[in-house]
Amino acid sequence: MTSKSAASEPGTSKPAPAKRKAGVSAPPKTGATPEELLEYFRAMLLIRRFEEKAGQMYGMGLIGGFCHLYIGQEAVVTGVQAALGENDAIITTYRDHGHMLASGMDPRGVMAELTGRRDGYSRGKGGSMHMFARERNFYGGHGIVGASASLGTGIAFANRYRGNDQVCVTYFGDGAANQGQVFESFNMAALWSLPVVYIIENNQYAMGTAVTRSTAQTKLYKRGEAFGIPGQQTDGMDVVAVRDAARKAIGHCRKKKGPYVLEVLTYRYRGHSMSDPAKYRTREEVNKVRSERDPIDHVRELLIAGGTADEAALKEIDREVKALVTEAADFGQQSPEPDPAELYTDVLMTL
Amino acid sequence: MSRKSIRQAINEALALEMRRDARVVVMGEDISGGMGAPGEQDAWGGPLGVTKGLMPEFGRERVLDTPISESAFIGAAAGAAATGLRPVAELMFVDFMGVCFDQIFNQAAKFRYMFGGKAVTPLVVRTMYGAGLSAASQHSQCLYPIFTHIPGLKVVLPSSAYEAKGLLIQAIRDDDPVIFFEHKAMYDEEEEVPDEAYTIPFGEANLTREGDDVTIVAFGRMVQFANQAADKLEKDGISCTVVDPRTTSPLDEDTIIEMAEETGRVVIVDEASPRCNMATDVSALITQNAFGALKAPIKMVTPPHTPVPFAADLERAYIPSPEKIEAAVREVAAA
Ligand SMILES: Cc1ncc(C[n+]2csc(CCOP(=O)(O)OP(=O)(O)O)c2C)c(N)n1
Ligand SMILES: [Mg+2]
Repeated sequence: MTSKSAASEPGTSKPAPAKRKAGVSAPPKTGATPEELLEYFRAMLLIRRFEEKAGQMYGMGLIGGFCHLYIGQEAVVTGVQAALGENDAIITTYRDHGHMLASGMDPRGVMAELTGRRDGYSRGKGGSMHMFARERNFYGGHGIVGASASLGTGIAFANRYRGNDQVCVTYFGDGAANQGQVFESFNMAALWSLPVVYIIENNQYAMGTAVTRSTAQTKLYKRGEAFGIPGQQTDGMDVVAVRDAARKAIGHCRKKKGPYVLEVLTYRYRGHSMSDPAKYRTREEVNKVRSERDPIDHVRELLIAGGTADEAALKEIDREVKALVTEAADFGQQSPEPDPAELYTDVLMTL
Repeated sequence: MSRKSIRQAINEALALEMRRDARVVVMGEDISGGMGAPGEQDAWGGPLGVTKGLMPEFGRERVLDTPISESAFIGAAAGAAATGLRPVAELMFVDFMGVCFDQIFNQAAKFRYMFGGKAVTPLVVRTMYGAGLSAASQHSQCLYPIFTHIPGLKVVLPSSAYEAKGLLIQAIRDDDPVIFFEHKAMYDEEEEVPDEAYTIPFGEANLTREGDDVTIVAFGRMVQFANQAADKLEKDGISCTVVDPRTTSPLDEDTIIEMAEETGRVVIVDEASPRCNMATDVSALITQNAFGALKAPIKMVTPPHTPVPFAADLERAYIPSPEKIEAAVREVAAA
């Protein structure tokens, strides 16, 4: 397996995705059909609009506590979701709104959890960082950095134990990649040949610390090499690239070849959480990514250049998405506060 | 002397000790922040700005932003301490002790005893605790009773800015591993704090109020709540003594017992989960040593035995409040 490791994967030598030119003239080639592109456009836009609304509501005091927005990273979960099978499992961190929406969870239930209400996924007891939906194979948002790595390894173990061909995609960040339990999980997953894809969402920062200053080997897809786990790096601002890389990674696991590390290069536009003014980076840095590499603009350009949709059609999609988000926001505000008795419930199944 | 917030008091304690003693280094995640990025170099200064300004003054050799690798950097701080450095490591939230507890309780806490007194470990771990900011179950716990349970650790719970500065300087100069708890909802609270360095010894309780009717023993943020309740009760003719033990290990047992005996009526306030917490510990201490003096059963004001909920209303119901303390005191006074 070592011979198939990261270094031999095509396209892994370039450290950062090349910048794209706006306004492509000939219909661009992608591996996606026009229908697929439209679907990804809609899915990413839903996350973007949802997060913008959540940020707005936070500013108005309607959402409290910690709230980590996913704006800028939409192509990651959208691309991976497109590569997942019906029963594959997902587990992630506290930056989880995008993952939940991509997995098909109800935006109303997510929003009602952000507002801490009765109809939220965790009945108001978990908040932004902590939701769970078995019916969508979503095993939760987790607040302890690195925890998703070992938990996801266990989900993969359970799948292998049951003898099914389901895969677990386990998300964590560039900062989390330095947690001890990540390495311990890698070793065990390789040892037991578990069907788990570790997706490292490298958005360049862990809170205010740039990846170059927290991490000795910044090519995070190589992190599994010592354990014989193949790895690949992909452009996380290009939804089709993410999908294709994820297909390959998930296929590897489904063929029972053991774990896989997929590093996705992405960028968060907002601060780490709502209380972070992100002064550790410049406005120019953020604006440059926004204007040159935005994942949604990219698909918009592909759709228009390919003649699949015109501006008006895309505006219509935006209107539909905004309506969904508005409905979720209303729902999140109208849902009642949790019953006071909820404080004492669900500590244990039985006493 | 000037008014300072707890945030400033802690910052000042760190700066003063770093100026005084080159062996003091501080490390933690984003304690400076802005590492490697083109923006501001001291952009973060700790997740809540407590360590801001240290990096510009003392440089990155002494103010280390670490990777998110608590087991490694807390362990490294303990190892460096064994050589005589005085590291102050920041464990951002005490909830994260789960990923570095071995380094604290099996390593740092054991060195002196297990090595027959030959190893000295002047380590300080500063950490945030407590509910009140809707931070939910994994970022709101108290957990100091768990550290108090471990022989070989000192555990500090400052209740105000003055206390925080003196106790932190004491912690840094102390030759044992010290876990220093900062309540995340208290950083902005101000009072008069001397500008110069001073220490407050460990294991000496502070009486923030003295009265005749009921003794309240409270920890950390709960000292403030107890003071508020006591002030209110005073107007209704119930006078309280409020005992702030300051450190749970060592614990000033004598003062607690003495104050319990004086009034014969005791309320203990603890924000930690009610099983095996400081309230049960102090209650046992009093019943063992002052049972004859008690005129009423001891009352404990604690949260329920549940994780900390997210929703604001539920969290409010969870936290011991001045109102709950007041009600408990009235009950004990009337019993
Ligand atoms: C064990 C642990 N240490 C520290 C933290 C505090 N913390 C929360 S998020 C974060 C940064 C994580 O960065 P990264 O893994 O890159 O994910 P991103 O936030 O960029 O999505 C830190 C230090 C935590 N929650 N858990
Ligand atoms: Mg990151």
